[in-house]
Amino acid sequence: MTQVSLRDLTKVYQGEFEPSLDRLSLEIDSGELAALLGPSGCGKTTTMKMIAGLLEPTSGDVQFDGRSILHEKPEKRGVVMVFQNYLLFPYMSVAENIGFGLKMRKVGKLETSRRVGEMLDLVKLPDLGNRRPSELSGGQQQRVALARALIVEPDVLLLDEPLSNLDAHLRFEMRDLIRGLQQELGITTIFVTHDQEEAVVLADKVALILDGRLKQYAGAEEFYNRPVDEATARFFGGQNFVAGSSDGSRFESALGSLDLPEGAASGKGKLTFRPENVRIGDSASATNRMTASLAEKLFMGTQTRLKLRIGGELIDAIANPNEVAEFSKGDEIEISLPPSSLWVLAN
Amino acid sequence: MYRRGGAFTRGFRVISGAVLITWLVLPLIPLGIWSFARGWYFPDLLPRNWSLKAWEYTFSDTAGVIECLWLTIFISLAATILSIIVGVPAGRALGLYRFRGKELVELMILAPTIVPGIAVVLGIHSVFITLGLNNTVTGVIVVHLIPTLPYMVLVMSGIFANYDPSFEAQARSLGASALKTFWYITIPAIMPGIIVGGLFAFLVSWSQYILTLLIGGGKVVTLPLLLFNFATSSRNDITGAIGMIYILPGILILLMTARHLSGRSSAVGGFGTI
Repeated sequence: MTQVSLRDLTKVYQGEFEPSLDRLSLEIDSGELAALLGPSGCGKTTTMKMIAGLLEPTSGDVQFDGRSILHEKPEKRGVVMVFQNYLLFPYMSVAENIGFGLKMRKVGKLETSRRVGEMLDLVKLPDLGNRRPSELSGGQQQRVALARALIVEPDVLLLDEPLSNLDAHLRFEMRDLIRGLQQELGITTIFVTHDQEEAVVLADKVALILDGRLKQYAGAEEFYNRPVDEATARFFGGQNFVAGSSDGSRFESALGSLDLPEGAASGKGKLTFRPENVRIGDSASATNRMTASLAEKLFMGTQTRLKLRIGGELIDAIANPNEVAEFSKGDEIEISLPPSSLWVLAN
Repeated sequence: MYRRGGAFTRGFRVISGAVLITWLVLPLIPLGIWSFARGWYFPDLLPRNWSLKAWEYTFSDTAGVIECLWLTIFISLAATILSIIVGVPAGRALGLYRFRGKELVELMILAPTIVPGIAVVLGIHSVFITLGLNNTVTGVIVVHLIPTLPYMVLVMSGIFANYDPSFEAQARSLGASALKTFWYITIPAIMPGIIVGGLFAFLVSWSQYILTLLIGGGKVVTLPLLLFNFATSSRNDITGAIGMIYILPGILILLMTARHLSGRSSAVGGFGTI
């Protein structure tokens, strides 16, 4: 069980002026599963490599349980990194791949083969020990890569885009496997991904990094309901940003005067709310009621996306297809925005 | 590469094959016949008498051929091993990394294959005098590195151009030291290049004449020097016998590596861009 702290971690690559990672500070609690989320090139893999000791930070510190590990060689850090393309050693069998870490630690042959067997069972590939990596499917290769990392019982496990190379149906299976093993073994785990959905379903906490800077570090729900700024909200699929001003209890804008939840920010800024939180239909008792005209309607199977025009503003909404079946383009629709779903981004 | 193609490529293949055989194989036939000949005069197509005398002499103690063969093998092996030791890291740097002055380094490494050895060796000779390396086996080995290294570096840089160093990072992360990573991960991956480059280096060293003659100063006599001695003293039969021994490694190596030298899995990629 290891607590990981990143302190002002910065990386400026040789020949570049802009830092690839700019003063990243994070605390990842012992046994936690944290995601580094961001578009490609945002510095998340750079961060991972610096934790693993495969890359030297320009400045800042990496600490395990409050102790700096920057001077430690990669093989002495107790960190194992699983790369995106799995990197199974092609000249070795599956069993030899999994046993590699133990061989490096001079564990005996019998003990190694026993633990390799256990690992193969754990990742549900009991009979594939003698195969070559090239004979395995992508999902199987990933399991082997995971088993190869877990067998050395690392203090910290790093996963680079663990689900992105997999088919949709394998992703759920793999997510459950990773999540299950991580909970069972209690290994502090950090993974990077560019896919917000992947981060949300897998991680306890998510760190959003945009342009080398940490935007927000919080539980997944926070990003949907209380994003720190517009870029963050947009990364998580936020569409609605209405300019106006808040006095802490009401927001004045083109949508009219809307009730805000308690503790809302005040001053000039933008009002944001999730498309799925827009209530459709006439409900006399609802607060923040307004009339919108339907500008666009897009049926997407399990949901219907709407574009609504209110006082010159175009807002996005997502509705249950049955609820909006009767409406067509140009219709006037009564909608409401529950105060609890509103969030003010102050300028 | 040319597995499919029209009549033109097929014709081209036949012609190039014929040229290759005319140049490389035909000249060896009279040499082989000479080693068993006793009197072979114009205009006879074949010798009048056959004999094993030349071979007997070649393998006798007085000829010194066997001694010379061992020395040549030793020098070529040493030059090969040194080429590998220098060529692997150099090939890695050129194949894997971009750095300032890379083109210049590539040119300098290739230069010995372009510039005639005799032009370089006179300068080296005077440097070796101060180092006391002239007329020594060590000096000959060192000077052989000039022509062997370009081949080694060229092959290795081709190998490293297609090499993924992330495997090394993965091994380190799994607990392997730098040395173990090299042994268990890097070496197996680059082995085809080491073998092919090493064989090239061996053959190039094996066939050195001018460099050995000038730096060895006649004190270090390798097989090509001995061969030349006999060739100029009109002993065609002994020249033939030694010549047969001399070409043996080349033929063996060609047979062993023909598979690696052509086709899709070619290990000879040069600098990757050449």
